[in-house]
Amino acid sequence: MIRKSWWKILTTVLLLYTFIAGFLIKVPHVGNLYGSIRNFFFHVPMWFGMMVLLLVSVVYAIKYLRNPTTDADIYSREYAKAGVLFGVLGLITGAIWANYTWGEAWSNDPKQLLAAIALLIYAAYFILRNSVPDLDKRAKLGAVYNVFAFAMLFPTLWIIPRMVESLHPGGKGVEGNPGMGGDSLDSVMATVFVPAILGWTLLGVWTTTLRIRFEQLKEKQPVNG
Amino acid sequence: MNSLKTITALFKKDLLLEIRQQYSFYGVLLYVISTIFVLYLAMGQPEDDVWNGLFWMIQLFVCVNAVAKSFLQESKGRMLYFYSIAGPVDFILSKLLFNALLMLVMSLMSLLLFLVLMGNPLRQPFQFVGLATLGGVSLSLVFTFLAAIASKAQQQAALMAILGFPIIIPQLLLLMKIATIAFSSVIQAGLGQMVLLLIGLDAMVVVLAIILFPFLWKD
Repeated sequence: MIRKSWWKILTTVLLLYTFIAGFLIKVPHVGNLYGSIRNFFFHVPMWFGMMVLLLVSVVYAIKYLRNPTTDADIYSREYAKAGVLFGVLGLITGAIWANYTWGEAWSNDPKQLLAAIALLIYAAYFILRNSVPDLDKRAKLGAVYNVFAFAMLFPTLWIIPRMVESLHPGGKGVEGNPGMGGDSLDSVMATVFVPAILGWTLLGVWTTTLRIRFEQLKEKQPVNG
Repeated sequence: MNSLKTITALFKKDLLLEIRQQYSFYGVLLYVISTIFVLYLAMGQPEDDVWNGLFWMIQLFVCVNAVAKSFLQESKGRMLYFYSIAGPVDFILSKLLFNALLMLVMSLMSLLLFLVLMGNPLRQPFQFVGLATLGGVSLSLVFTFLAAIASKAQQQAALMAILGFPIIIPQLLLLMKIATIAFSSVIQAGLGQMVLLLIGLDAMVVVLAIILFPFLWKD
């Protein structure tokens, strides 16, 4: 499936649709969000993309632990990299949004803090990998830590944010799922939101497959090549 | 019941080493005392929330120092010997137990010193003692597992701090949040939930350590 082209065309179409429809449709009027609610089609899919990519990464880490192959290690590492990239983009798009609606880019909102912590935990994954010179050992330690880092996503992204008060939708005393924008996700928004999630996630996978093929080629080269 | 025997034997060995050498215990103890003394000289007797924040930060640094050596002290040859007599799960469980005990003692010691030197802002001391024990054990569990990972890499001690600090933040945040109850006479809502979450986190770390350590073990 990876080498077929239909899903790459689908990605392009979905993202074009996201950009065109996302800026043109009639959005609901929610609080002080005004037009900035359109960022919903860009900010939120970043987190969906990050979760999917990190999930794929941890699956390959487990695969590596069960049956150590170079390919599983490369897959696990590259998906983690792409996941972290999406997380950083999510933070940046969120900060831009917050700058207009909450008055400042960073307001120590629990969801901002915990997302940043989750990304720091994954940043330590790359530091750990680079600190081990032996390749097999590096892959093994990386896989073990990857599983641990993914487990830490449960408290940081999925449990604690729902227990405390937050400026974001979802959380203590507020109805709705943090990822779904609560009541503001009406049927018109959903027609863009769902394709946007799919499009951005597929773009992440596409980018990663290119990186993987590049890394696999490098692996096959002679050491000084 | 064979594994229980192995665990107790390994645990006893760590305990005996500690009692006979007395190097690391007093080393960490001196670290605790001098840090808190310096804090006392610098801050005198601080406000409630500063007291709370300082206490948990000191716990964090004490934990890094106390737990780091648990894997670093084992030489390669000795690890090979353990490999031949015990399973990986027994080994990591004995380490987790021992470090939890060590950290328990250190947490209570530093709490005592804090109360003596930095004043006593606690309205509900018994709850705070309970929380300090729970907190000390939680920290030690995470850092034991990280020490196991770091011991396989280079620059072990530095790496442990790098790996550990991001991972420990959620737990520390929870601990500090729960700890605020000890400073007021009003019971906060949602407290039981947070304590449960903390215990759940600990359970998760132990389970992960048991599942993942066998992969680190064989070299």
